[in-house]
Amino acid sequence: MSTTTTPTSAGGTSLVTLGKRWDVIVERYNSQPTIIKALGLAAALVFVYALPLIRPPFFTTDQIDFGGVMFSVAAFALVAVGLNVVIGYAGLLDLGYVGFYCVGAYTTGVLTSYHWSWPFFLALPVAIAVTMVTGVLLGAPTLRVRGDYLAIVTLGFGEIIRICVKNIEWLGASAGIKDIAHPNTIGAAPQPPFDKGGLFEVPRLEWDGLIPSLDTQHKTAVLAFGAADAIPYYWLILTALILVLIGDRLVKASRVGRAWEATREDEDAAELMGVPTFKYKLMAFALGAAIGGLSGSFYASGQSGYISPDSFPLLLSMLFVAAVIVGGSGNRWGAIAGGALVAYLPERFRDFADYRLLIFGLALTVLAVWRPEGLLPPRRTRRAKAAEAEIDALEEGELEGGLA
Amino acid sequence: MNVLAVEFGNLFGSLSSFLDYTIGGLVFGAIYALIALGYTMVYGVLQLINFAHSEVFMYGTFAVAWTFVFLHGTDSVSQSLGEALPILLVALLAAMLVSAAVALLLERFAYRPLINKNAPKLIALISAIGASFALAEAMGLRDRFAGWVGLDDNLANYVSPEKARDVYSNPVTIQPKDLFDIGGYTVKDIDLVVVFAALAMMVALDQFVRRTKFGRGIRATAQDPEAAALMGVNSTRVVQVTFLIGGLMAGVAATLYMMKIGSTRQNAGFILGVKAFTAAVMGGIGNLRGALLGGLILGMMEAWGSAVFGSEWKDVTAFVLLVLILLVRPSGLLGESLGKARA
Amino acid sequence: MTGPKALLEVDNVTIRFGGLTALDSVTFDIREGEILGLIGPNGAGKTTCFNVMTGVYQATSGQVRFDGKVLTRLKRHKITKLGIARTFQNIRLFKSMTVLENVMVGADAHSKVGFFDALFRLPRHRRTEAASTARAKEILEIVGIRARHDELASNLSYGDQRRLEIARAMATGPKLLCLDEPAAGFNPAEKLRLMELIRRVRDEGYTVLLIEHDMRLVMGVTDRIVVLEFGRKIAEGVPSEIRDNPAVIAAYLGVDEEDAS
Repeated sequence: MSTTTTPTSAGGTSLVTLGKRWDVIVERYNSQPTIIKALGLAAALVFVYALPLIRPPFFTTDQIDFGGVMFSVAAFALVAVGLNVVIGYAGLLDLGYVGFYCVGAYTTGVLTSYHWSWPFFLALPVAIAVTMVTGVLLGAPTLRVRGDYLAIVTLGFGEIIRICVKNIEWLGASAGIKDIAHPNTIGAAPQPPFDKGGLFEVPRLEWDGLIPSLDTQHKTAVLAFGAADAIPYYWLILTALILVLIGDRLVKASRVGRAWEATREDEDAAELMGVPTFKYKLMAFALGAAIGGLSGSFYASGQSGYISPDSFPLLLSMLFVAAVIVGGSGNRWGAIAGGALVAYLPERFRDFADYRLLIFGLALTVLAVWRPEGLLPPRRTRRAKAAEAEIDALEEGELEGGLA
Repeated sequence: MNVLAVEFGNLFGSLSSFLDYTIGGLVFGAIYALIALGYTMVYGVLQLINFAHSEVFMYGTFAVAWTFVFLHGTDSVSQSLGEALPILLVALLAAMLVSAAVALLLERFAYRPLINKNAPKLIALISAIGASFALAEAMGLRDRFAGWVGLDDNLANYVSPEKARDVYSNPVTIQPKDLFDIGGYTVKDIDLVVVFAALAMMVALDQFVRRTKFGRGIRATAQDPEAAALMGVNSTRVVQVTFLIGGLMAGVAATLYMMKIGSTRQNAGFILGVKAFTAAVMGGIGNLRGALLGGLILGMMEAWGSAVFGSEWKDVTAFVLLVLILLVRPSGLLGESLGKARA
Repeated sequence: MTGPKALLEVDNVTIRFGGLTALDSVTFDIREGEILGLIGPNGAGKTTCFNVMTGVYQATSGQVRFDGKVLTRLKRHKITKLGIARTFQNIRLFKSMTVLENVMVGADAHSKVGFFDALFRLPRHRRTEAASTARAKEILEIVGIRARHDELASNLSYGDQRRLEIARAMATGPKLLCLDEPAAGFNPAEKLRLMELIRRVRDEGYTVLLIEHDMRLVMGVTDRIVVLEFGRKIAEGVPSEIRDNPAVIAAYLGVDEEDAS
């Protein structure tokens, strides 16, 4: 399939300016001495970790627990980063990603509650492994099928998984699985209702307009995982997200990442340059699956500790894909931004709760039409666009001079 | 889960023999095939998965039910096909109009800007997913929209205030009538009409694409858009007509579906759309006859699957079958060829 | 036959697509260290022949042997690893990747670095990465686009894209480098530079198969020439023999005169 694009100037220019602004930030950061860079990174990390405690005004959701929202934001970002490996890097359109999310969640549910009572951190690696194997089993026969068909095959897979968990008694059928183990609390065990356990407690901020004050009524216990407070779960999944991001970066900037990109660009040419394309596609698929399983596992052991087949509608797959594409397929920061937006916006604007899917759908279409490369496309795409625009401008004169 | 699955389950609870399942499967297969046409035509011409086509169908089903409410009223009655026929024909027309209008709107606002920008296919798919969500939700929120303009009381029978997301039934239930027996199975008039109507539409469309000037334009564009454009084919017009035809066929499918099932819902399109797309891929996407073959096989396999494993495994049978077929024949049963002569 | 040993032997290869015979019992070989030209009018079967050698098509009958090994039923990336690399007539670069990365993909063909090497930055990853980068830059130097290694492939000029194609193929470390109409769309000056480059590539130790339309280029650079017409081999020999071969003149040169504008 041809991937050549001739961008119209309208779409191209706005894209280039947005990209440039982001590039300026990146470049300014990169040009700082190492010590400043490290400090900047540390400050950013602290800020991100502390976000649900800081509760910035306007940004904070007032009708629903902000910690819980931040947890879903991080969970969606994690899913988007995983799916970005599959869609953005390897170019495989997976419309059934929710299936992997579901497998990870159910493995955790079965191991920690329904049939056994393993501790969460023991079940987590098993859940990841099971999901990865599922990915390989699904990918091995289907990845030979052409790209567009892969979309529908994966869509079917997502639905099959859901129907299976709904109809298999061993997996709890339609009632689902409850009392899934929370991650193990580090420090004192929580003793409800008053003692939250954990290592120590930190207070939150309270805002009166733009003036902050310390809210000592609501404290969050560090590393304590109970039903009362979502913030520790947020910290846990954020940590997982950061680790996955580091891995993503290391693998992308290597032979593996190049093989993915080459396969995505031109599968035949890649194959003839010695890239075992099938192997790399399968690897991307399995990795994506593993990351999906990881976030599914976190989801299952989250605050409510309950999952049911209805938690994994096919619709969720569409949201995941949308998150990756909205952010800019192939850019990990874009994926995070997309995942965060898709999870956050509906919660922030709960006043429009009934309309949120409608608005979401319209927003997707408008965004796709107005900014086809996503909000934050890979830097290269923008560089290419900028250069192409330049070449286009020069070309006419040059053509006359060169070929006449 | 959705109307179709529930109704389909009941349907098979009351029937027993293999033939029953087969005929039941064929009836649904015919409906899948008609919806599949919309996917296959658009894919053939644009290489785009028109994800929102499911909503084109869903709007058609509502058009049918609304027509009955409008012309018949809201009292629930059971009628034979003959008694319901006059209104049914009007409903058919309405469904075709509504579905075609939705399809054309989609083309205009969700696709054409992207086609003009030559955007990546993935983006077009996202646009389609967005449009699909928006259309389904708009139907589910129709009571609110009516409320905004103060018409929710006047239109209560159409917009079902507070219940817009629930099942919406056709007041007239069309009672199937036994026609004749083959091998111990009684053929019912509705089943016969559904299958033959679908076949007739397919043949008509096939002839249109193969024999008319416009059909040639569609085929030329499917084969090589640039060359077709150079030869004077208006590609925008071809794309429009492609969507229009897909919409008209979805309207027919919607009418047949309502005849058979009798109720719909704002999310009724989704799973049917997925099935229809599966049928299109199975037969060889871009291939009109493939859509028919894929639809019928899918319908029958599902029916047999639910006979053997229980109706809850119907969808699983369908998807497993798809994967198997694609493994053996990666471009579908009949291959992909809107451009080629066999159309 | 005397002289160097045959690197690639095309032995009685026939290919049919449906009723059409694209190649009809074609036999020739490529000797180590030479530049062999494969020529013929459009539709003569040059590209088909090429595709058989690189594993894109399977021969209906006959064999292609490389270094004594039969190529039939080998996966395409395995053929590359054996030591055959090619360029594409219609340029097929990885457009969103940089020039250097394009070449690196080729260089990766023999890399044993896997996922875990990359994830944990194991010594093997570092070693291979450093070696491939150095090798890639060296090759870019040879083809003359070293200075542009950080550009996106799609931003290169047409001529440089062709050079990059050659560099990418060279990076896979082939024994045999197949160039599929590398001069397509070139003006005479560019063709001259390409001839120099091809000679230079041979001097680097590669055996070169050149498929070409342009007679002057082929005559100027090749050691031997094989001529195809309608899927059959009609002549084989050194350029001066081919130039005087009446069958070739009839089949090809006449066409070429009209062609060369």
